Amino acid sequence: MSILLTVVSLMYLVSAACYVIGLHMMRTPKTARNGNRVSGVGMIIAVIMTLLVAISQKEATMTGGIILVIGLVLGLGYGAVRARTVEMTDMPQLVSLFNAVGGGAAAAIGAFDYLSKSTGSTLSFAFSFPVALDLVIGGITFSGSLIATGKLAGKISGKPITFPGAKVANALVVLVILVSVVLTIGFAVNPSWLILIICASLLFGILMTIPIGGADMPVVVSLLNAFTGLAVSMAGFVIDNQALIIAGALVGAAGTILTLQMAAAMNRSVLNIIAGGFGTDDSKGASTEEVPVNVKETTADDVGVQLAYAANVMIVPGYGLAAAQAQHEVSELANLLTDHGINVNYAIHPVAGRMPGHMNVLLAEVNVPYDQMKQLEEANSMFENTDVSLVIGANDVTNPAARRQGTAITGMPILDVDKSKSIVVIKRSMSTGYAGIQNELFSEDNTHMLFADAKKGLQDIIASTKEYLDE
Amino acid sequence: MSQELYTNVAIFVMSVLVGFEVISKIPATLHTPMMSGANAIHGAVVIGAILIALEAQSPLFYGLAFIAVFLGSVNVAGGYVVTDRMLTMFSKPKKPKNESDDGGDK
Repeated sequence: MSILLTVVSLMYLVSAACYVIGLHMMRTPKTARNGNRVSGVGMIIAVIMTLLVAISQKEATMTGGIILVIGLVLGLGYGAVRARTVEMTDMPQLVSLFNAVGGGAAAAIGAFDYLSKSTGSTLSFAFSFPVALDLVIGGITFSGSLIATGKLAGKISGKPITFPGAKVANALVVLVILVSVVLTIGFAVNPSWLILIICASLLFGILMTIPIGGADMPVVVSLLNAFTGLAVSMAGFVIDNQALIIAGALVGAAGTILTLQMAAAMNRSVLNIIAGGFGTDDSKGASTEEVPVNVKETTADDVGVQLAYAANVMIVPGYGLAAAQAQHEVSELANLLTDHGINVNYAIHPVAGRMPGHMNVLLAEVNVPYDQMKQLEEANSMFENTDVSLVIGANDVTNPAARRQGTAITGMPILDVDKSKSIVVIKRSMSTGYAGIQNELFSEDNTHMLFADAKKGLQDIIASTKEYLDE
Repeated sequence: MSQELYTNVAIFVMSVLVGFEVISKIPATLHTPMMSGANAIHGAVVIGAILIALEAQSPLFYGLAFIAVFLGSVNVAGGYVVTDRMLTMFSKPKKPKNESDDGGDK
């Protein structure tokens, strides 16, 4: 090993250590930002070392160098600009886009190395196996994440898109993928296998993501994050680079854990989610037993009275709040109440929002103190002493039907909002959530509905609460 | 099994285990920044992209290398910048509390 390569290898190790330490520091909000920077420093070290190798390499062509520089400048510029300008509510689609590009890059590396072997030559298993996996996982992640990005951005319908024969089509595509993997691994190099494997994987990515409903997006985005990590790791095996193997494996593990946690928070298996929306769930069926809906409507003025005379208020934010971008109004109301000595907390369900922990980011954006954000278990222990629960755009995660047998959401961990003394639900209409069943919470005796857009409703409540507090 | 392959597989397995260990202790509140931070880490793919760009000798390979470098650098730059932006929001919540004590919500 030359001196340069030794130094580079050692610095790769340093950068790997930086990623681990950085992730470790993300455990508490206090050190999280520095954690990300430690990880970033590791990345800069690794990239600089790689560029050193690049400069020292004699056989590189001029064109290759120019392409490298142009690609780096354009890519870094585009990525940084998008990241600087994105709205916090649009964060999920950006993260999903970064999954797509990571998977795409990994697949391109795999394709490059496979094609650089001469046609007809036989490959060692140690090379062909990771190449095949890299192409399959990278391809699925690329197209799947792009579809997810489109769904999260609202460019593609967030509703599950299904078509007759979808299951058959899926099975066929999976079969083609398996065959092409076998061809790539077991047979001599042939560009046709490569084209087959890439096309089938891209197609499967699309088929896998289009039938998934908006509420399942947190699970899918984390799953695709894990996939991207794996693809990058496989690309590392292909080009025999440990920096890629380590980084990819770390992300693969992170994504897997999140995926399992999200799926558990919805009481569904990952397979069940990938297989399609709630409607396609055969075991429970769409037996929408009609719940008597005797709903009591209320006014912003009445909600103002309730809040002004409460001691403990719990805000339950959901997808509707994110969609209406009403986080500023929520914090304005909360500040108004806390300034008058009223205790305000937020009950955050693990799958509230559109990606894991999304709601926390939105609330942090508007300066909600970290200690007011209560996670599921802690929040549930507080509802009994809550005077008013303000449910904003959350639905299925508050439905007490989850405690009974035989409903579409049976067993799903929910927020026990119904235990609080009074409940106000801000919602645009009586339309159902993603589970497609009526929320029994809405017909409870102590529940009142305020039919309004989250933003508009909150503005009215703020106005009326002010009047009563000032009296 | 060659020595190199064994080493790589060992590194892979250990990294997965370290990943599980480190990530499973992150609170739900920080899930989005953590995911975005992990997202930035898989931007390490740009390292591989740089390396293949130097081996490219013909138009097809230039094309593939360009795709890899461009996508990889979008990933790495965007990932770190957006995570940093998100985490700025988590590190500031103490201020408004003090401000509101001083009076007013401005």
